[in-house]
Amino acid sequence: MRTFRTQTSRSKVCPRNRYYECVARYSAATAERKRFYQDVSISQSEGGLYEINLDQRKLKTPGGKLFTVPNEALAIAVATEWDTQRDTLKFYTMHLTTLCNTALDNPTQRSKEQMITAALKFLETDTICYRVDEPHGLVELQRNEWDPVLQWIEKRYNVTIGSSASILGPEIPEATKDTLRQHLKSHNFWSLTGLEYVITQLKSIVLSLGMIDRHLSVEQAVLLSRLEEEYQIRRWGNVEWAHDYDMYELRARTAAGALFVHLTSESSTVKHKLLQD
Amino acid sequence: MPGSTPLQSQHRSKMAALSSPLRVCRGILKELRAIQGPSYKKSLAYNYVMDQFRKNKVTGERYCRAKQEAHHASHTYLCLLASTRNHLVLHNLYHGKGERSPEEVAGLVGLRLPTQPGGKGWEK
Repeated sequence: MRTFRTQTSRSKVCPRNRYYECVARYSAATAERKRFYQDVSISQSEGGLYEINLDQRKLKTPGGKLFTVPNEALAIAVATEWDTQRDTLKFYTMHLTTLCNTALDNPTQRSKEQMITAALKFLETDTICYRVDEPHGLVELQRNEWDPVLQWIEKRYNVTIGSSASILGPEIPEATKDTLRQHLKSHNFWSLTGLEYVITQLKSIVLSLGMIDRHLSVEQAVLLSRLEEEYQIRRWGNVEWAHDYDMYELRARTAAGALFVHLTSESSTVKHKLLQD
Repeated sequence: MPGSTPLQSQHRSKMAALSSPLRVCRGILKELRAIQGPSYKKSLAYNYVMDQFRKNKVTGERYCRAKQEAHHASHTYLCLLASTRNHLVLHNLYHGKGERSPEEVAGLVGLRLPTQPGGKGWEK
Protein backbone atom coordinates (compact mmCIF):
# COMPACT_ATOMS: atom_id res chain seq x y z
CA MET A 1 0.00 0.00 0.00
CA ARG A 2 1.13 3.50 -0.81
CA THR A 3 2.00 4.82 2.66
CA PHE A 4 4.62 2.20 3.51
CA ARG A 5 7.02 2.79 0.62
CA THR A 6 7.78 6.33 1.80
CA GLN A 7 9.14 5.13 5.17
CA THR A 8 12.88 5.63 5.49
CA SER A 9 15.21 3.51 7.56
CA ARG A 10 15.99 6.02 10.27
CA SER A 11 14.26 3.65 12.65
CA LYS A 12 17.52 1.72 12.92
CA VAL A 13 18.99 4.50 15.06
CA CYS A 14 16.75 4.08 18.06
CA PRO A 15 14.46 1.13 18.87
CA ARG A 16 11.86 3.36 20.43
CA ASN A 17 11.46 5.25 17.15
CA ARG A 18 10.74 1.95 15.47
CA TYR A 19 7.92 1.26 17.91
CA TYR A 20 6.31 4.63 17.27
CA GLU A 21 6.77 4.20 13.55
CA CYS A 22 5.11 0.81 13.73
CA VAL A 23 2.23 2.31 15.66
CA ALA A 24 1.95 5.16 13.16
CA ARG A 25 1.99 2.68 10.29
CA TYR A 26 -0.72 0.61 11.93
CA SER A 27 -3.05 3.55 12.49
CA ALA A 28 -2.40 4.82 8.97
CA ALA A 29 -3.14 1.38 7.61
CA THR A 30 -6.46 1.07 9.38
CA ALA A 31 -7.78 4.55 8.59
CA GLU A 32 -10.71 4.70 6.19
CA ARG A 33 -9.79 4.11 2.58
CA LYS A 34 -11.67 3.95 -0.66
CA ARG A 35 -11.57 0.81 -2.76
CA PHE A 36 -8.62 1.42 -5.04
CA TYR A 37 -8.55 -1.82 -7.00
CA GLN A 38 -10.74 -3.54 -9.58
CA ASP A 39 -9.78 -7.19 -9.40
CA VAL A 40 -8.70 -9.44 -6.60
CA SER A 41 -6.74 -12.58 -7.41
CA ILE A 42 -4.44 -15.03 -5.68
CA SER A 43 -1.08 -16.39 -6.72
CA GLN A 44 1.31 -18.96 -5.37
CA SER A 45 4.93 -18.15 -4.59
CA GLU A 46 7.86 -20.57 -4.86
CA GLY A 47 7.70 -21.40 -1.15
CA GLY A 48 4.22 -22.84 -1.63
CA LEU A 49 2.63 -19.91 0.17
CA TYR A 50 -0.28 -18.02 -1.34
CA GLU A 51 -0.42 -14.25 -1.88
CA ILE A 52 -3.28 -11.87 -2.59
CA ASN A 53 -3.09 -9.47 -5.53
CA LEU A 54 -5.15 -6.30 -5.69
CA ASP A 55 -5.01 -5.50 -9.40
CA GLN A 56 -1.25 -5.88 -9.98
CA ARG A 57 -0.08 -5.01 -6.47
CA LYS A 58 0.63 -7.60 -3.83
CA LEU A 59 -1.22 -7.19 -0.56
CA LYS A 60 0.88 -6.32 2.47
CA THR A 61 0.12 -6.48 6.18
CA PRO A 62 -0.20 -3.27 8.21
CA GLY A 63 3.28 -4.01 9.53
CA GLY A 64 4.70 -3.86 6.02
CA LYS A 65 5.30 -7.58 5.48
CA LEU A 66 4.16 -9.46 2.42
CA PHE A 67 0.76 -11.03 3.08
CA THR A 68 1.12 -14.80 2.76
CA VAL A 69 -1.11 -17.66 3.84
CA PRO A 70 -0.30 -21.35 4.00
CA ASN A 71 -3.16 -22.72 1.95
CA GLU A 72 -5.39 -21.98 -1.00
CA ALA A 73 -8.75 -22.12 0.76
CA LEU A 74 -7.75 -19.41 3.22
CA ALA A 75 -6.34 -17.31 0.39
CA ILE A 76 -9.60 -17.57 -1.54
CA ALA A 77 -11.63 -16.66 1.53
CA VAL A 78 -9.46 -13.60 2.19
CA ALA A 79 -9.66 -12.61 -1.49
CA THR A 80 -13.46 -12.85 -1.28
CA GLU A 81 -13.41 -10.55 1.75
CA TRP A 82 -11.50 -7.95 -0.25
CA ASP A 83 -13.79 -8.41 -3.21
CA THR A 84 -16.84 -7.83 -1.01
CA GLN A 85 -15.79 -4.27 -0.27
CA ARG A 86 -17.66 -1.66 -2.28
CA ASP A 87 -16.89 2.07 -2.15
CA THR A 88 -14.94 2.13 1.09
CA LEU A 89 -12.89 -0.56 2.76
CA LYS A 90 -14.59 -1.60 5.94
CA PHE A 91 -11.86 -3.35 7.85
CA TYR A 92 -14.16 -4.25 10.70
CA THR A 93 -15.97 -6.68 8.43
CA MET A 94 -12.79 -8.36 7.19
CA HIS A 95 -12.22 -10.76 10.04
CA LEU A 96 -10.11 -13.35 8.25
CA THR A 97 -7.78 -10.65 6.92
CA THR A 98 -7.40 -9.24 10.41
CA LEU A 99 -6.59 -12.66 11.83
CA CYS A 100 -3.96 -13.27 9.15
CA ASN A 101 -2.43 -9.87 9.81
CA THR A 102 -2.24 -10.59 13.51
CA ALA A 103 -0.61 -13.96 12.91
CA LEU A 104 1.89 -12.52 10.44
CA ASP A 105 2.84 -9.33 12.28
CA ASN A 106 2.36 -10.44 15.87
CA PRO A 107 2.26 -6.77 16.92
CA THR A 108 2.17 -7.50 20.62
CA GLN A 109 5.14 -9.86 20.31
CA ARG A 110 3.55 -12.77 22.10
CA SER A 111 4.91 -16.28 22.26
CA LYS A 112 2.89 -19.50 22.13
CA GLU A 113 3.28 -19.98 25.89
CA GLN A 114 1.90 -16.54 26.64
CA MET A 115 -1.10 -17.17 24.41
CA ILE A 116 -1.79 -20.54 26.02
CA THR A 117 -1.58 -19.05 29.51
CA ALA A 118 -3.95 -16.25 28.52
CA ALA A 119 -6.38 -18.75 27.02
CA LEU A 120 -6.31 -21.02 30.06
CA LYS A 121 -7.08 -18.06 32.31
CA PHE A 122 -10.52 -18.03 30.74
CA LEU A 123 -11.23 -21.42 32.23
CA GLU A 124 -11.50 -20.03 35.73
CA THR A 125 -14.30 -17.72 34.64
CA ASP A 126 -15.74 -19.83 31.86
CA THR A 127 -19.24 -18.78 30.87
CA ILE A 128 -20.55 -22.34 31.06
CA CYS A 129 -19.31 -22.82 34.58
CA TYR A 130 -20.80 -19.69 36.06
CA ARG A 131 -24.37 -20.32 37.12
CA VAL A 132 -26.99 -18.07 38.63
CA ASP A 133 -29.28 -18.77 41.57
CA GLU A 134 -32.29 -16.98 40.20
CA PRO A 135 -34.56 -16.40 38.23
CA HIS A 136 -35.69 -19.98 38.15
CA GLY A 137 -36.28 -20.03 34.40
CA LEU A 138 -32.70 -19.03 33.73
CA VAL A 139 -31.33 -21.59 36.19
CA GLU A 140 -33.25 -24.33 34.37
CA LEU A 141 -32.16 -23.04 31.00
CA GLN A 142 -28.50 -23.01 32.03
CA ARG A 143 -28.81 -26.52 33.37
CA ASN A 144 -30.54 -27.88 30.28
CA GLU A 145 -28.34 -26.17 27.73
CA TRP A 146 -24.93 -25.98 29.36
CA ASP A 147 -24.71 -29.25 31.30
CA PRO A 148 -24.67 -31.44 28.16
CA VAL A 149 -21.74 -29.46 26.79
CA LEU A 150 -19.86 -29.80 30.07
CA GLN A 151 -20.48 -33.53 30.05
CA TRP A 152 -19.25 -33.73 26.50
CA ILE A 153 -15.97 -31.94 27.19
CA GLU A 154 -15.32 -33.85 30.39
CA LYS A 155 -15.71 -37.09 28.48
CA ARG A 156 -13.82 -35.98 25.40
CA TYR A 157 -10.74 -34.70 27.20
CA ASN A 158 -11.03 -36.82 30.32
CA VAL A 159 -11.04 -33.81 32.64
CA THR A 160 -13.13 -32.51 35.53
CA ILE A 161 -14.52 -29.03 35.29
CA GLY A 162 -17.89 -28.75 36.99
CA SER A 163 -20.01 -25.67 37.50
CA SER A 164 -20.73 -23.41 40.42
CA ALA A 165 -23.19 -20.74 41.50
CA SER A 166 -20.80 -19.08 43.92
CA ILE A 167 -19.07 -15.82 43.16
CA LEU A 168 -15.66 -17.48 43.11
CA GLY A 169 -16.58 -19.92 40.40
CA PRO A 170 -15.67 -23.58 40.19
CA GLU A 171 -12.46 -25.12 41.50
CA ILE A 172 -10.51 -26.27 38.46
CA PRO A 173 -8.03 -29.03 39.33
CA GLU A 174 -4.45 -28.66 38.06
CA ALA A 175 -4.73 -31.92 36.11
CA THR A 176 -7.49 -30.38 34.01
CA LYS A 177 -5.38 -27.35 33.27
CA ASP A 178 -2.41 -29.52 32.33
CA THR A 179 -4.45 -31.69 29.99
CA LEU A 180 -5.89 -28.66 28.25
CA ARG A 181 -2.48 -27.00 28.13
CA GLN A 182 -1.07 -30.05 26.35
CA HIS A 183 -3.93 -29.96 23.90
CA LEU A 184 -3.45 -26.27 23.19
CA LYS A 185 0.28 -26.82 22.69
CA SER A 186 -0.47 -29.21 19.86
CA HIS A 187 -1.76 -26.31 17.77
CA ASN A 188 0.69 -24.34 15.66
CA PHE A 189 1.08 -20.59 16.09
CA TRP A 190 -1.48 -19.60 13.46
CA SER A 191 -4.07 -22.07 14.65
CA LEU A 192 -3.53 -20.92 18.23
CA THR A 193 -4.03 -17.29 17.21
CA GLY A 194 -7.42 -18.23 15.81
CA LEU A 195 -8.33 -20.37 18.80
CA GLU A 196 -7.44 -17.66 21.30
CA TYR A 197 -9.51 -15.21 19.27
CA VAL A 198 -12.54 -17.51 19.42
CA ILE A 199 -12.10 -18.00 23.16
CA THR A 200 -11.97 -14.25 23.69
CA GLN A 201 -15.13 -13.75 21.64
CA LEU A 202 -17.19 -16.53 23.20
CA LYS A 203 -15.73 -15.93 26.69
CA SER A 204 -15.53 -19.68 27.16
CA ILE A 205 -12.93 -22.36 26.54
CA VAL A 206 -15.52 -25.11 26.75
CA LEU A 207 -17.69 -23.65 24.00
CA SER A 208 -14.68 -22.85 21.83
CA LEU A 209 -13.31 -26.38 22.03
CA GLY A 210 -16.79 -27.75 21.46
CA MET A 211 -17.09 -25.78 18.27
CA ILE A 212 -13.54 -26.43 17.04
CA ASP A 213 -14.04 -30.15 17.63
CA ARG A 214 -17.20 -29.89 15.54
CA HIS A 215 -19.51 -30.90 18.36
CA LEU A 216 -21.30 -27.54 18.09
CA SER A 217 -22.06 -25.36 15.11
CA VAL A 218 -21.17 -21.67 15.14
CA GLU A 219 -24.79 -20.64 15.66
CA GLN A 220 -25.16 -23.06 18.57
CA ALA A 221 -21.94 -21.90 20.22
CA VAL A 222 -22.98 -18.27 19.91
CA LEU A 223 -26.44 -19.06 21.26
CA LEU A 224 -24.98 -20.84 24.27
CA SER A 225 -22.53 -18.02 24.87
CA ARG A 226 -25.35 -15.47 24.87
CA LEU A 227 -27.74 -17.66 26.83
CA GLU A 228 -28.66 -15.11 29.43
CA GLU A 229 -29.23 -12.45 26.78
CA GLU A 230 -31.47 -14.82 24.85
CA TYR A 231 -33.43 -15.52 28.01
CA GLN A 232 -33.93 -11.79 28.62
CA ILE A 233 -34.86 -11.24 24.98
CA ARG A 234 -37.57 -13.87 25.20
CA ARG A 235 -38.86 -12.25 28.34
CA TRP A 236 -38.63 -8.57 27.47
CA GLY A 237 -38.41 -8.43 23.71
CA ASN A 238 -35.73 -8.01 21.09
CA VAL A 239 -33.99 -4.74 20.24
CA GLU A 240 -32.70 -5.06 16.72
CA TRP A 241 -30.07 -2.35 16.80
CA ALA A 242 -28.46 -3.84 19.89
CA HIS A 243 -29.30 -7.55 20.22
CA ASP A 244 -29.30 -8.58 16.59
CA TYR A 245 -26.35 -6.32 15.87
CA ASP A 246 -24.30 -7.94 18.63
CA MET A 247 -25.41 -11.42 17.65
CA TYR A 248 -24.44 -11.06 14.00
CA GLU A 249 -21.14 -9.49 14.90
CA LEU A 250 -20.36 -12.28 17.35
CA ARG A 251 -21.37 -14.90 14.81
CA ALA A 252 -19.22 -13.34 12.11
CA ARG A 253 -16.16 -13.13 14.35
CA THR A 254 -16.62 -16.63 15.76
CA ALA A 255 -17.19 -18.14 12.32
CA ALA A 256 -14.07 -16.42 11.02
CA GLY A 257 -12.05 -17.66 13.97
CA ALA A 258 -13.30 -21.23 13.59
CA LEU A 259 -12.62 -21.28 9.87
CA PHE A 260 -9.18 -19.82 10.50
CA VAL A 261 -8.33 -22.55 13.02
CA HIS A 262 -9.55 -25.32 10.74
CA LEU A 263 -7.70 -24.03 7.72
CA THR A 264 -4.41 -23.45 9.52
CA SER A 265 -4.28 -26.67 11.54
CA GLU A 266 -1.49 -29.00 10.45
CA SER A 267 -3.81 -31.83 9.43
CA SER A 268 -5.83 -29.57 7.17
CA THR A 269 -2.80 -28.34 5.24
CA VAL A 270 -1.52 -31.88 4.84
CA LYS A 271 -4.90 -33.05 3.59
CA HIS A 272 -5.00 -30.31 0.97
CA LYS A 273 -1.56 -31.25 -0.28
CA LEU A 274 -2.65 -34.86 -0.63
CA LEU A 275 -5.76 -33.88 -2.56
CA GLN A 276 -3.72 -31.81 -4.95
CA ASP A 277 -1.26 -34.60 -5.77
CA MET B 1 -41.10 -21.63 31.69
CA PRO B 2 -40.84 -24.76 33.81
CA GLY B 3 -39.06 -27.59 32.10
CA SER B 4 -39.64 -26.42 28.56
CA THR B 5 -36.60 -25.93 26.41
CA PRO B 6 -37.65 -23.83 23.48
CA LEU B 7 -33.99 -23.22 22.77
CA GLN B 8 -33.31 -26.91 22.34
CA SER B 9 -36.19 -27.34 19.93
CA GLN B 10 -34.93 -24.29 18.12
CA HIS B 11 -31.52 -25.98 17.95
CA ARG B 12 -33.07 -29.07 16.46
CA SER B 13 -35.13 -27.24 13.90
CA LYS B 14 -32.09 -25.16 12.91
CA MET B 15 -29.94 -28.24 12.57
CA ALA B 16 -32.64 -30.00 10.57
CA ALA B 17 -33.07 -27.03 8.29
CA LEU B 18 -29.37 -26.62 7.57
CA SER B 19 -28.02 -30.09 7.94
CA SER B 20 -28.35 -31.09 4.32
CA PRO B 21 -25.25 -30.21 2.28
CA LEU B 22 -27.48 -29.11 -0.58
CA ARG B 23 -29.03 -26.36 1.49
CA VAL B 24 -25.67 -25.19 2.74
CA CYS B 25 -24.33 -25.12 -0.80
CA ARG B 26 -27.33 -23.14 -2.02
CA GLY B 27 -26.95 -20.76 0.90
CA ILE B 28 -23.31 -20.11 0.10
CA LEU B 29 -24.08 -19.52 -3.57
CA LYS B 30 -26.80 -17.06 -2.62
CA GLU B 31 -24.35 -15.16 -0.45
CA LEU B 32 -21.73 -15.13 -3.21
CA ARG B 33 -24.30 -13.81 -5.65
CA ALA B 34 -25.18 -11.07 -3.17
CA ILE B 35 -21.48 -10.14 -3.00
CA GLN B 36 -20.41 -10.45 -6.62
CA GLY B 37 -23.53 -9.72 -8.58
CA PRO B 38 -24.47 -11.63 -11.73
CA SER B 39 -20.89 -12.64 -12.54
CA TYR B 40 -20.53 -14.63 -9.33
CA LYS B 41 -19.95 -17.85 -11.24
CA LYS B 42 -16.59 -16.57 -12.38
CA SER B 43 -15.30 -15.83 -8.89
CA LEU B 44 -12.57 -17.79 -7.12
CA ALA B 45 -14.82 -18.63 -4.23
CA TYR B 46 -17.55 -20.09 -6.47
CA ASN B 47 -15.16 -22.44 -8.21
CA TYR B 48 -13.53 -23.56 -5.01
CA VAL B 49 -16.83 -24.16 -3.20
CA MET B 50 -18.35 -26.12 -6.09
CA ASP B 51 -15.16 -28.15 -6.35
CA GLN B 52 -15.28 -29.03 -2.68
CA PHE B 53 -18.92 -30.02 -2.75
CA ARG B 54 -18.41 -32.24 -5.77
CA LYS B 55 -15.35 -33.91 -4.27
CA ASN B 56 -17.11 -34.67 -1.01
CA LYS B 57 -20.18 -36.04 -2.70
CA VAL B 58 -18.20 -38.93 -4.13
CA THR B 59 -17.52 -40.63 -0.79
CA GLY B 60 -20.36 -43.06 -0.33
CA GLU B 61 -19.86 -43.76 3.36
CA ARG B 62 -22.30 -42.03 5.60
CA TYR B 63 -20.06 -41.40 8.57
CA CYS B 64 -16.94 -40.55 6.67
CA ARG B 65 -14.94 -38.19 8.86
CA ALA B 66 -13.62 -36.05 6.05
CA LYS B 67 -17.18 -35.57 4.83
CA GLN B 68 -18.33 -34.46 8.27
CA GLU B 69 -15.40 -32.09 8.57
CA ALA B 70 -16.13 -30.62 5.16
CA HIS B 71 -19.80 -30.25 6.05
CA HIS B 72 -19.01 -28.42 9.27
CA ALA B 73 -16.54 -26.19 7.40
CA SER B 74 -19.09 -25.33 4.73
CA HIS B 75 -21.68 -24.57 7.40
CA THR B 76 -19.16 -22.32 9.15
CA TYR B 77 -18.36 -20.47 5.93
CA LEU B 78 -22.05 -19.93 5.21
CA CYS B 79 -22.46 -18.55 8.73
CA LEU B 80 -19.49 -16.23 8.16
CA LEU B 81 -20.83 -14.82 4.90
CA ALA B 82 -24.41 -14.45 6.11
CA SER B 83 -23.60 -12.86 9.46
CA THR B 84 -21.03 -10.45 7.99
CA ARG B 85 -23.64 -9.29 5.51
CA ASN B 86 -26.37 -8.97 8.15
CA HIS B 87 -24.03 -7.17 10.52
CA LEU B 88 -23.14 -4.66 7.82
CA VAL B 89 -26.81 -4.14 6.95
CA LEU B 90 -27.66 -3.41 10.56
CA HIS B 91 -24.61 -1.22 10.94
CA ASN B 92 -25.57 0.93 7.98
CA LEU B 93 -29.17 1.03 9.13
CA TYR B 94 -28.58 2.05 12.72
CA HIS B 95 -24.99 3.10 13.28
CA GLY B 96 -23.81 4.32 9.91
CA LYS B 97 -24.95 7.91 9.90
CA GLY B 98 -22.37 9.49 12.16
CA GLU B 99 -22.91 12.85 13.74
CA ARG B 100 -24.94 15.68 12.35
CA SER B 101 -23.17 18.90 11.39
CA PRO B 102 -23.83 22.03 13.53
CA GLU B 103 -26.01 23.46 10.75
CA GLU B 104 -28.24 20.40 10.78
CA VAL B 105 -28.51 20.38 14.54
CA ALA B 106 -29.58 24.02 14.58
CA GLY B 107 -32.05 23.27 11.81
CA LEU B 108 -33.70 20.57 13.93
CA VAL B 109 -35.14 23.18 16.26
CA GLY B 110 -35.72 25.73 13.55
CA LEU B 111 -32.71 27.91 14.19
CA ARG B 112 -29.87 28.98 11.96
CA LEU B 113 -26.23 29.42 12.82
CA PRO B 114 -25.13 33.04 13.04
CA THR B 115 -23.00 34.31 10.16
CA GLN B 116 -20.24 36.82 10.60
CA PRO B 117 -19.06 37.92 7.16
CA GLY B 118 -15.85 39.49 8.42
CA GLY B 119 -14.82 36.42 10.35
CA LYS B 120 -14.29 36.34 14.09
CA GLY B 121 -10.85 37.90 13.98
CA TRP B 122 -8.68 34.94 14.84
CA GLU B 123 -8.84 33.00 11.58
CA LYS B 124 -5.77 33.11 9.32
